[in-house]
Amino acid sequence: MVVPGRRNAVGQESPTYVPSSGRSPAGAVRCKFVLSPCIQTKVGLTTIVCECLYRIPVSPYNSAITGRLANCQTPADFQIRSGICRFLLFPRINSLSSDRPDNPFCLAELARTSGEWLRGDGPESDIVISSRVRLARNVAGFPFITRDAADVRFQIVQMVQAALRKDIQHRPVHHVNVETLSPLDSQLLMERQLISRELARGDGPRAVAISEGERHSVMINEEDHLRIQVLHSGFALDECWLECDALDDQIESMVPFAFHPQLGYLTACPTNVGTGIRVSVMVHLPALRITREIQKVHQAAQKINLAVRGLYGEGSQAMGDFYQISNQVTLGKSETTLIAEVQEVVTHIIGWERRVRELMLRDNKSQLHDQVARAFGTLTSARSISSEETMLLLSSLRMGIRLGLVTNLDVAAVNELFIHTQPAHLQKLHGSELETADRNMARANYLRKRLDASSLG
Amino acid sequence: MKKCRRCAKPATLHITEIRDGSAAAVHLCETCAREYLEKTPENDSTSAATDLASKLEDLIADSEESPLICPNCGISFNEFRESGRFGCPHDYSEFLTELLPLLENIHEDSNHVGKRPRSTVVGTKEQARLIQLRTEQRNAIEMEDYEAAAKLRDEIAALEVSLRSDVVEKPKSRKKPAPDKDV
Repeated sequence: MVVPGRRNAVGQESPTYVPSSGRSPAGAVRCKFVLSPCIQTKVGLTTIVCECLYRIPVSPYNSAITGRLANCQTPADFQIRSGICRFLLFPRINSLSSDRPDNPFCLAELARTSGEWLRGDGPESDIVISSRVRLARNVAGFPFITRDAADVRFQIVQMVQAALRKDIQHRPVHHVNVETLSPLDSQLLMERQLISRELARGDGPRAVAISEGERHSVMINEEDHLRIQVLHSGFALDECWLECDALDDQIESMVPFAFHPQLGYLTACPTNVGTGIRVSVMVHLPALRITREIQKVHQAAQKINLAVRGLYGEGSQAMGDFYQISNQVTLGKSETTLIAEVQEVVTHIIGWERRVRELMLRDNKSQLHDQVARAFGTLTSARSISSEETMLLLSSLRMGIRLGLVTNLDVAAVNELFIHTQPAHLQKLHGSELETADRNMARANYLRKRLDASSLG
Repeated sequence: MKKCRRCAKPATLHITEIRDGSAAAVHLCETCAREYLEKTPENDSTSAATDLASKLEDLIADSEESPLICPNCGISFNEFRESGRFGCPHDYSEFLTELLPLLENIHEDSNHVGKRPRSTVVGTKEQARLIQLRTEQRNAIEMEDYEAAAKLRDEIAALEVSLRSDVVEKPKSRKKPAPDKDV
């Protein structure tokens, strides 16, 4: 049977499409393909309408389709190939409309606001910025996503998004399709701690679900199928765990997780197997860094199997005196035991940082005051400033506020400045992409404007 | 795990070289170790080196005879050792014996304590079968054998439906029927 050719979107007659099986074209339905941006530029079309023998909307995400379509030379070529690939189409996709906008979440709005975890009002918030609990999970019956398999990745995204229509308090969840995000937007989400570097820079179908004032985020197709994370302002690991546990239950009620009776939750990398939990606390330790006691923190943590990392986790540097303390063991200890271990160590570190601050204030107040004043001076008068220098100076300023050396400025505002002066946020706030030199000037302008009302005590 | 001194692969051979009475450790992967041993030109150590090299050959030949490969996702234990990532959840059962010492090394334990899924996990055997079918389907698509792929698609759908009905039926049977209400 032969389906006659039609004119396609660029006005070319498409070649006649001959179905390979002998079915009647009466069963054929029109399908609309919405193309991913890389294919869009290649074939010069955003959507394409095609006859399809199966009543299933065609997705451009399948590895075989994307692989073949990427080689298409002309729109006509594309039309034939997409017809051939018609049956890749998985029954589950049927129920989901392909016309649904992928990124309803307004990223420009995100750049102007700040997440709840930055409020700076949680317990011990003079030293603890935020607490985080994340769970690594994989969907049972699917291979891990470490092997290139766009079809699997796509199905996982669909399943998890369906399980996350509403959050644990029945409030709406924002779904962001990370695959189609611009590099700037994915960096924005990374600066925001909503996605990891790995998810931002990965490829293939992947997404993040965000809810609860940015406290909850579920990364889909990072190293594991799911990374469920809950962030709280200040030292609040118990609250994080309660919510993360509930979110995990909610997803599990609709999506079965890979679990082994002896080994627990199964993960792509054996370093996460068992509970799949990572408990981490972000602490601000300027006094320990100034007095070089920070090395001892590293050593002490290592001895008891805890990791000390920089602001953006694995492989990142400790910018602005921010350190993340987290567990490394995930097997053989329960979630609550692991949380208690991190809590104990962090409590100890908080006490240590406070004592050193008090000592500095007692013995070197004028020197400390001078340092804070210089930081304030540079931040309020510079005409061009790098991200690294900003972080360093804001760190002094943040400590200065807590020690009563700066007035008319609250910690939440400084916390926000740490995030808003990062490259992607700055460009979003500016409304356009900027080269490094222009970015440094925009950063200095932004800092002067924001710190205008504050003064030195 | 230590990395090979010459390339980025994990080191699987640890050679201690004794020269002028002092010992030095060299960590290498299989490929580099073979090269290393062949290229050591020391006169007095040649016999020992060739001896070691032949032992190494035997070792590699042994592992080639019965390569550990997961029937569901097709990943081998060596591939896992190189990348540090598994191909599917079933690998944990498939490579359990080899994996346990590694888990002891990372976590100092090999038994899970803590949260378990709330709903009963339905037959991991079926889950493994699903992975196998999905792998076969992808291969069929790669080979452009669309008829086979379509059959696999239907088989996957049928298995998924049966798994889902198992999950749904279990809690139902535990529930008491709702009392009839008088209207």
